[in-house]
Amino acid sequence: MESNAMEIGRKRMAFTLNGRAVEADVPSYWNLVDLLRDFDLFGARESCGIGACGCCTVLVDGTAMSGCLTLAQTVEGKAVTTVEDQDRDGTLSVVQQAFVDEAAFQCGFCTPGFVMMVGELLKENPEPSDDEVRSYLSGNLCRCATYPEILKAVRVAASRLRG
Amino acid sequence: MPNGQVGRSVPRHESAEKVTGRAEYVHNLSVAGMLHLKVFRSTVAHGRILSIDTSEAEAMPGVHAVLTGEDIRKLVAEPYYGPAFHDQPVLALDKVRYVGEPVAVVAARDPYVAAAAAELIFAEYEELPAVDDEIEAMTSDAVVHDELRPAGTFPDLKHLDGKRDTNVALDYHLKRGDPEAAFAAADHVFEHEFRTQPVMHVPLEPMVSLAVPEQGGLTIHTASQSPSFVRSEVARLLGWAENRVRVKVPYLGGGFGAKLYIKLEALVACVALILRKPVKLSLTMEEQFYTITKHASTFRIKTGVNKDGRITARHCAVYWNGGAYADIGPRVTQKSGFTAPGPYNIENVEIESYALYTNRPPAGAFRGFGIPQLVWAYESQIDVIADELGLDRVAIRRLNLLDETDPQATGTPMKDAPVKAVLERVAALMDWDGPFDTGQGSIRRGRGVAVGFKASISPTTSVANVTVAADGSCSLAMSTVDMGQGSATAHSQIVAEVLGIRAEDVRVVNPDTDVTPYDMATLGSRSTYHMGHAVRLAAEDARAKLDALAGEVGRDGWDGNSIASLFLARYGMQAGTITGSGTYMPSYAKPDPATGFSDNITPFWMVGGTGIEVEVDTETGKARITKLISVGDLGKPLNPRIVETQLSGGALMQVGLTMLEDMALDGGQVTNASFSDYKIPGFADIPVEIVNDILPTEQRDGPFGAKGVGETATFGVAPALASAIHQAVGVRVTSLPITPEKLFRLMQERTA
Repeated sequence: MESNAMEIGRKRMAFTLNGRAVEADVPSYWNLVDLLRDFDLFGARESCGIGACGCCTVLVDGTAMSGCLTLAQTVEGKAVTTVEDQDRDGTLSVVQQAFVDEAAFQCGFCTPGFVMMVGELLKENPEPSDDEVRSYLSGNLCRCATYPEILKAVRVAASRLRG
Repeated sequence: MPNGQVGRSVPRHESAEKVTGRAEYVHNLSVAGMLHLKVFRSTVAHGRILSIDTSEAEAMPGVHAVLTGEDIRKLVAEPYYGPAFHDQPVLALDKVRYVGEPVAVVAARDPYVAAAAAELIFAEYEELPAVDDEIEAMTSDAVVHDELRPAGTFPDLKHLDGKRDTNVALDYHLKRGDPEAAFAAADHVFEHEFRTQPVMHVPLEPMVSLAVPEQGGLTIHTASQSPSFVRSEVARLLGWAENRVRVKVPYLGGGFGAKLYIKLEALVACVALILRKPVKLSLTMEEQFYTITKHASTFRIKTGVNKDGRITARHCAVYWNGGAYADIGPRVTQKSGFTAPGPYNIENVEIESYALYTNRPPAGAFRGFGIPQLVWAYESQIDVIADELGLDRVAIRRLNLLDETDPQATGTPMKDAPVKAVLERVAALMDWDGPFDTGQGSIRRGRGVAVGFKASISPTTSVANVTVAADGSCSLAMSTVDMGQGSATAHSQIVAEVLGIRAEDVRVVNPDTDVTPYDMATLGSRSTYHMGHAVRLAAEDARAKLDALAGEVGRDGWDGNSIASLFLARYGMQAGTITGSGTYMPSYAKPDPATGFSDNITPFWMVGGTGIEVEVDTETGKARITKLISVGDLGKPLNPRIVETQLSGGALMQVGLTMLEDMALDGGQVTNASFSDYKIPGFADIPVEIVNDILPTEQRDGPFGAKGVGETATFGVAPALASAIHQAVGVRVTSLPITPEKLFRLMQERTA
């Protein structure tokens, strides 16, 4: 790579990505979304760039984070989980299947962020009320406003996960 | 023979890709050797460029190049583009006309380097007086463009060519009957002014384009709603044949009108050719606010009414704040101007509609193409009239609405436009004649209705190709862009219906102008009707060719399962291809320049009705919609589930534009260009009860009885809410948005 004015602080680091041990050469100014793109993972997307829309939601050591506000070098030694982990075995997760069945997306750009947060919600609260769903997902925005269908998808996923 | 493919809620073809994050967007795309661009933007609203110093930026390690308008001019002598006027420079030349206008561009391998270098560019301007407000722009001495430059594509703009010293980019006029006499004879005359604010579409995938010089031409990967226009306009700028420009569009992360015509494509095309490198420009969310907006507007509406509530005369003067470049504003002005008097049967009408240049970011198409601004005014005013005359708000509409046999103000009949049925359905769903609890104490309740309608954008053309491979599998090639509205799925259902196969088995090719044929654009809810017909014709053409093939090989007939055997019998192996092609352009009669009349301004009308129940907290001014009803006249739905999502999606987006969103401008500078200050609706902002209702109708000349629905549910939201609020707390809002602060102030004024 050609040299540039912002080379200071590049670092070779190891972390866990969707259950796999990986290494990367990380500039100091990259955020986590940049790092994931370097691994050809595009499910976490930078949209608003200020952590207000939820499109870049990923898990870092099991906690949902805004990828656009997380400096990449801070995940050294940590476990990063992205939406691409959900169908690792080739089948859609329960939450993803519920989104398909309830037509809970339109343009699809925000969908991975919602899928991640719904997964977290149902881990914490297997039987959420509609108000609890609205509150938990209030940090994710959908400009197509597919909210009614997302709410239905959460109910369907919750019921399927409870068996 | 119907086989149940049309009218079925087929899941979207791209479902699995979208929920797994693997769907293709330009946002994700990189190509070898690619440079990232960052734009340096104007800091003044109107000024002459004195100098641009790029030396520090160029000297920054990692910077490949810095280009200004003068560099572009060396490649393209007249680097001005636009769908209606050739007024927008690829990069500013001589002058800047709004804060945020692109002035220079940095190219670097690393996008962070490009962004850092752009901070090191310095420009000096001689500031000129600026014009901000649309009414002021009518008479202002500050003139945004020295001379008007209409594009040759619209014959009805020709008379504006070379016009000087005006900010009026287009004026549309219509006069029917004798409004002056009717106003003089009316029992009551009402005059009001209603205003709407500038807002931005904020697609969550910010605008992005990537140009790659290759094979003696250019490939442009772009998040665009109009690949065919990008191709022809870039070719025109470069003086090339169209076939040297290839435009590819995967899925879009939202469009809503923001990604129409040319946005970033001309810039990436020119820079890629100058640098002989692939270049990608990805806007930030903030930069989208400097690129395209929805027209702010002022609507002065004067209505003459008899004492029984019958409207006898209406004068509409509409002023559209188009910003510094016309984009498609002149079309908005004319096409929406047609329907400014509302869906009412009024004998005496005068319409004036003006597209105005100002020193603001450009305004263009936004889900509804001007209609929500008009409905806001005419549906708000009819409620005022009802209240003044002591009439019921539904009854006054019932009395005045157009019948399907009536001509609308332009003279075009209201064929398959059931405005009365839409109103009655909204009223029934609201139990309008039943008791209603208006609340008590600090929580007051109200309800409102509104009905709006829209003409389609005409005349426009769509072309589709249906290919049948030798194994019997089918592909549909079209340039309709799937930006979330489900067009790929809906159109595959038409192919499947005609050919007797399953919609799930039809492969839809994403727009690629080397492969997919011409389409005017994905806008204005036109695709279902226009492209739907083209797809139907293409599939019918393929079917006729399959019939002929069956004849050649001595078969009586064929079905979806036996297509492969026809090819095998004819070619002796799995070989051959059948291609069916379809082109559709509805008829159109342009309005008479003298009267504004035409008996055929649109191939179809779309009618939308909204019912809203609201709770207002009188201590805080906070309004909460408790019930939102959207009734859509969309013909027979091709895919009912997708249609429902379109209805509630359109209505909820409009709730945001009505209650939350407002671009704050200070000296032409957008001061809230981020999601921290510009709030769009989230889960907390949406009504608890949302009802979508598909009116059982048929667009008789539509493909399988269908027509578009992408905008229908947006029309009535703002006036229905204002009406409900008026019933709840007695104050009338006349400018959008309806914020708690505004309501609180109005309530304070009322009690004081």
